[in-house]
Amino acid sequence: MHRKQIVKPSDPTAVAAAVVMRLYVAGGAPNSVAARANLEAICQRHLKGNYQLEIVDVFEQPLRALADGVIVTPSLIKLSPLPAARVVGNLSDQSKVLLALGLQGKTP
Amino acid sequence: MNETKRADPQPLAKIATGIEGFDALSGGGLPRNRTTLVMGGPGSGKTVFSLQILVNAARRRAESGIFVAFEERGREVMANAATFDWDLPALAENQLYILDAHLSPTVVQSGEFDLSGILAILKAKKEAMNAGWIVFDGIDVLLTLLRDPIVEMREIYRIRDWLADNELTAIVTAKMDSQTSEVVNYGFMQFMMDCVIRFDRRLEYGVPAHRLQVTKYRGSDFASGEFPLSFGRSGIEVAAPEPPEIIHEASTERVSAGFERLDAMLGGGLFRGSSTLITGAPGTSKTTLVGKFAEVACQRGERTLFVSFDEGAEQIARNLSSVGIDLNAHLKSGRLRMYSGRTEARSAEEHLIKLRSLIREHRPRCMVIDPLSAIVKAGGIDTARAVANRLIHMMKDSKITVVISALIEGNDPQVEATDLQISTIADTWIHLSYLVRSGERNRALTIVKSRGTWHSNQVRELVLSETGPMLTDVYSAGGEVLMGTLRWEKEAEERARQQQRRAEFEHKQRELEFAEADTRARIAALELDLQRQQAELALYTLDGEARVLSSSEREHELRRMRGADLATRMDPAAIPPPPPRSPVKHRDASGSGTRKKASKGG
Repeated sequence: MHRKQIVKPSDPTAVAAAVVMRLYVAGGAPNSVAARANLEAICQRHLKGNYQLEIVDVFEQPLRALADGVIVTPSLIKLSPLPAARVVGNLSDQSKVLLALGLQGKTP
Repeated sequence: MNETKRADPQPLAKIATGIEGFDALSGGGLPRNRTTLVMGGPGSGKTVFSLQILVNAARRRAESGIFVAFEERGREVMANAATFDWDLPALAENQLYILDAHLSPTVVQSGEFDLSGILAILKAKKEAMNAGWIVFDGIDVLLTLLRDPIVEMREIYRIRDWLADNELTAIVTAKMDSQTSEVVNYGFMQFMMDCVIRFDRRLEYGVPAHRLQVTKYRGSDFASGEFPLSFGRSGIEVAAPEPPEIIHEASTERVSAGFERLDAMLGGGLFRGSSTLITGAPGTSKTTLVGKFAEVACQRGERTLFVSFDEGAEQIARNLSSVGIDLNAHLKSGRLRMYSGRTEARSAEEHLIKLRSLIREHRPRCMVIDPLSAIVKAGGIDTARAVANRLIHMMKDSKITVVISALIEGNDPQVEATDLQISTIADTWIHLSYLVRSGERNRALTIVKSRGTWHSNQVRELVLSETGPMLTDVYSAGGEVLMGTLRWEKEAEERARQQQRRAEFEHKQRELEFAEADTRARIAALELDLQRQQAELALYTLDGEARVLSSSEREHELRRMRGADLATRMDPAAIPPPPPRSPVKHRDASGSGTRKKASKGG
């Protein structure tokens, strides 16, 4: 029941191929800081701006994190395109992130 | 820990778990606003234990709690809890929140993570619910994913600090397979926690046995050692350590042990609320004795519970009816409740819980367990001993007069004390044995002990008849007791001797009576003789006088004829006329006839 609320239909203005993601972080925790940096690097390199990323701080919006089933931080959720995927951790293992985001093979 | 046990200026605040037995052994429950680690192998009861505590807190004190399920999915937790009478869905609405923290296997892990996220969520939830309790169930599942002992340790610290900041009474459960842990740093975790409880599940004689042990309790005294636990309708029940002080009301009221002579041997019967043990080899009529006790209790109008193991209730009732014990009528009236348990089907602990619920339902005043020794089959001697011990104390607390039978092989109760060691707890101990002699097997009953009352020290023979069990005297001959045919022979001999004595006596009496009669007859004859002699004497005197008279008459005639003076000799008027001569002869004849008659009579 929570999921319906969360998995909003992808933004109609977004480009069809755009990757929609949400990253849950825990304030300035080292892993969270690392995850943000790692994800931004990946996006820069592989998505070239064709993505939407929302960063949610669990300290600020804990109930939203709860509704999204977040257990550990950092947690990355790929909402679109389907299939949805989740990655936990500081995203230091790039290949795994790319695999989860469905970007494998798209590497330049 | 021991050093601070007594010196602690502020006694550690504890919070009751509501789990029977556990609060007793932990001296009041879990440490308030501190963290307890519950360790144990799979299926050892960790989840049930922690969830039950939350349920109890919510139900009894309206304290809300959060259950974080790392290992199982939330709905699995709910489904498992449905086997207990917790009504979890109702509580889950606002008092008990179950957080599904199960990390899906489809989640990709990339690099290190931490628990700040879930802790932030839980903090929000805790504040919203005003929760006082939190359970982290299966924390090891999550920690294992970290794959780094240092990081694990860091996260354990994080949890601890978070719990301390949030003033929550917490339970953290973690799997522990055997003694070694592969990834999760249990040694460190135990060090971190204020209270550590180990759960253990192992097979004993093919029956799973559950144990619980408090291995650490910072700032508090606790009962050390392993305690058996079992699962009932309301969750876990822990076999509490027996209170060091026994407080049982000691009644002086006597109740019948079954039949009069046995009561007499016991100095008037069994004390109300006492426990009696009947031991004996197979076939020594243990069931008959306990059955008789149950029947008599029902006849007094007392609610009675008959628990049998490995023998069906109907079969027992039928068998007992052959010795004049009628239980069916009491079963119909509802006064008697019979329960037959299959020992292998449950562990001894589970039997105890079943018996406890039966006692609660039926509220008996008298109870019979036949045979209690059967529970040894259900999971080992240690458990069975503990269960037997607790059972007896439980019944004493409920003031139930109980008679328990136990099977022991052999005939010497001193040597063959029961495996269950209940003989030391029981107030009265009756031992049944066989005496085999002259091709017979006879049952003997001895009272080994009976606390607080006089009791017979004699061995009696137990005889089963159509009207029930009876006790008969036994004969001692040459230092041995005689029973059965030997007793019968001895009795017959004794009877014959008595008859002979009686006959001799009667004979003598008759002889004496005859002698007396003879003497009397002789006295009568002599009396007659005396009378005759007296009469003869009288006649003889008269005769003499007559002779004197006749001679004086003759003299008077002579004088008259000679003309002499008659008046000077004798006054003629004073002399009677001379009697006729013939009667004298007749008198002689009749006198001899009388004598002949008298001698004939003698």
